[in-house]
Amino acid sequence: MCNQTVCLVQAALEREGITTVSISLLREVVSALRPPRALWVPFPMGYPMGKPNDAALQHRVLAAALTLLSRNDVPVLADFPADSC
Amino acid sequence: MSSYAELSLHVRLFMKGYPFARYAIEPDLHAPLKRPLREARVALVTTAGLRTQQQQDFDHSSKMGDFTFREIASDIDVQTLIESHRSYAFDRTGIQADVNLAFPLDRLRELERDGAIGLLNHRHFSFMGSIVGPRKLIDHSAPQVARMLREDGVDVALLTPV
Repeated sequence: MCNQTVCLVQAALEREGITTVSISLLREVVSALRPPRALWVPFPMGYPMGKPNDAALQHRVLAAALTLLSRNDVPVLADFPADSC
Repeated sequence: MSSYAELSLHVRLFMKGYPFARYAIEPDLHAPLKRPLREARVALVTTAGLRTQQQQDFDHSSKMGDFTFREIASDIDVQTLIESHRSYAFDRTGIQADVNLAFPLDRLRELERDGAIGLLNHRHFSFMGSIVGPRKLIDHSAPQVARMLREDGVDVALLTPV
């Protein structure tokens, strides 16, 4: 449900003119809700930024998400590449 | 890797039957980036059910799910935040070891320091994501947070589940 809540809050922010990107752990949910920009990550539930105390990996996830902010071909659902993990 | 297949049977059956498409977002909704990221004011919003030690806990008894939010000051020590999510569908050991796993405020501080983002907003927000009946979230708390962030002059928000 957490992934749905993210999408619903994200939509509220976009309606106020704030550019958003979300991380998603469940492709089924994000595909149904279709928020403007989402990065699907191949990590377990509870691990949206990858691994604890792995700043390098967390930065790679963050960079991949922030890159989507300039995308105007919404809704965008991008995959964080598994070989970047 | 997360998919329905990984979840417990109980959770999987619930997710399969849940009408996610009912809450589909309007496909043309789109706030384009107004300025480059290196000049943008950035906020973090999570649904990980985080709160400070001083804040009231989320209501775990609500059948539809607690739709309230907690405001988190940008100068917080991230590792002092308490994870208070009611869902049992995820492994909590990761976030207990490093709150940045779901609330990457330290990483955003590093991007701010390096000039990759303009500046961090003075506050961020946390919801408890386990909301089965999201009507009050959609009508009240999510728009309220959106207005607060707009009034702060926030350009960009990153949202994270748990």
